[in-house]
Amino acid sequence: MKVNEVPQDPKDFREGDKITKVMYAVGDDGKYTSVNSAGWEPDNFATKQAWDAVDEELAATEQLVRSGQLSPIAYYMQKCLMDVALLAKYAGKWQWQVKRHMKPSGFAKLSDVMLQKYAEIFNIPVTALTQFGK
Amino acid sequence: MSTLHFSHSQHAHCESGVTANLLRHQGINISEPMAFGIGAGIFFAHIPFLKVSGTPGTTFRTWPGAIFKRVTERLHIDIHTQKFSTPEKAMQALDDVLAAGKPAGMLSSVYYLPYLPEAFRFHFNAHNLVVYGKEGNEYLVSDPVVETTTRIAPEDLAKARFAKGTPEPKGFMYYIKSAPSQVQYEKAIQAGIKQTCFFMLSPPLPWFGNKAIGLLAKKITKYPQKLTPRKASLYLGNVIRMQEEIGTGGAGFRFLYAAFLQEAGQLLQRDDLQQYAKELTAIGDDWRNFAYSAARLMKDRKNDLVSFDELGDMLRAVGDKEKQFFHKLQVIKW
Repeated sequence: MKVNEVPQDPKDFREGDKITKVMYAVGDDGKYTSVNSAGWEPDNFATKQAWDAVDEELAATEQLVRSGQLSPIAYYMQKCLMDVALLAKYAGKWQWQVKRHMKPSGFAKLSDVMLQKYAEIFNIPVTALTQFGK
Repeated sequence: MSTLHFSHSQHAHCESGVTANLLRHQGINISEPMAFGIGAGIFFAHIPFLKVSGTPGTTFRTWPGAIFKRVTERLHIDIHTQKFSTPEKAMQALDDVLAAGKPAGMLSSVYYLPYLPEAFRFHFNAHNLVVYGKEGNEYLVSDPVVETTTRIAPEDLAKARFAKGTPEPKGFMYYIKSAPSQVQYEKAIQAGIKQTCFFMLSPPLPWFGNKAIGLLAKKITKYPQKLTPRKASLYLGNVIRMQEEIGTGGAGFRFLYAAFLQEAGQLLQRDDLQQYAKELTAIGDDWRNFAYSAARLMKDRKNDLVSFDELGDMLRAVGDKEKQFFHKLQVIKW
């Protein structure tokens, strides 16, 4: 890649245009030099696509929580880009326990201490869990 | 608490960037490509059964922590590394190091670094940064992927250093204890190149090194039969992100490594290394073409311009070229 070929396509989503990244490219003298790049359309597209997939799945989960098929734990887990394995580690629980908390029946039995713990993990007030959607 | 003067430079990659910045602070004038090459940072692995956020794991670099360790070892620099059992101990140890007037490198999760744009913040736990001082209640941070120095609150830094998942940083911190006034590059460069060739060519398993490029090519040609169009697109997208998005300097670290070969060639006055730098630049351009074509295919899933078969062929060709390249590099006479 030549210096004048370094792409400058802004990553204009989720503050992606707040920083530029360093690329290495070949100058006219044949020597490598570092050049700042705003982004490149193919990788902007790939990243946007990954975030869009997160949004779509989150919207689907939100519907399931609202219709009473999943608990708010499932929603905030996804919102924080976690999976069950990762959330279980943060919560200090087994995966099967977290899966149980993701169901409305298991969620209803959660102690205040555990609710507080989940709220801290998700960096939200406890009411965001207990008053979900209200 | 004292605030050090730390000369921050932005770099392409976090670990080679931190390594270069820390060494420069010690008065060793080393470039990022040189740190990356001596640390044998370039690699390839594709592990289909290891899913990262639902997509098969792909990497273009060696494992976290290796670059700093190898560079300091090969340049005979005395370092200290430490993991911690609790955030309290880890933060106290950091304060002690800062009080002693030393900047410290550490592992962190990008998810918990508020100064990074949201677009980059996912649960990636092997991000390197330098903390070089404390002012008021905030730590002064030199993060090599950001243009300027920045600040972070202690709670956020503690969270980032004790993120869960794979791998777990466990507060991992490292700093330079002492460094010689003169470093000898020649042996270090040789050792780095030899190790790189070994890791690229020798692993007997299909998921690591050059073989894994062929494996990924084969998998890609099968995506249309095995996956939904949406999944196929997300899988391809992940390869592009690993190759281009996360501070690779372009073409999955290939340009960074070519820059290293060029600099090494100049330093050691070897035309052959300069020639290899040109060759790897051309291979890097092929990687970029692959990413470009993959993105076109993803955008228009019914596109006839590039098929999954052609994409697989492109990648296989790149893999074959790289195989020849590293074989030649492996047998150069020192």
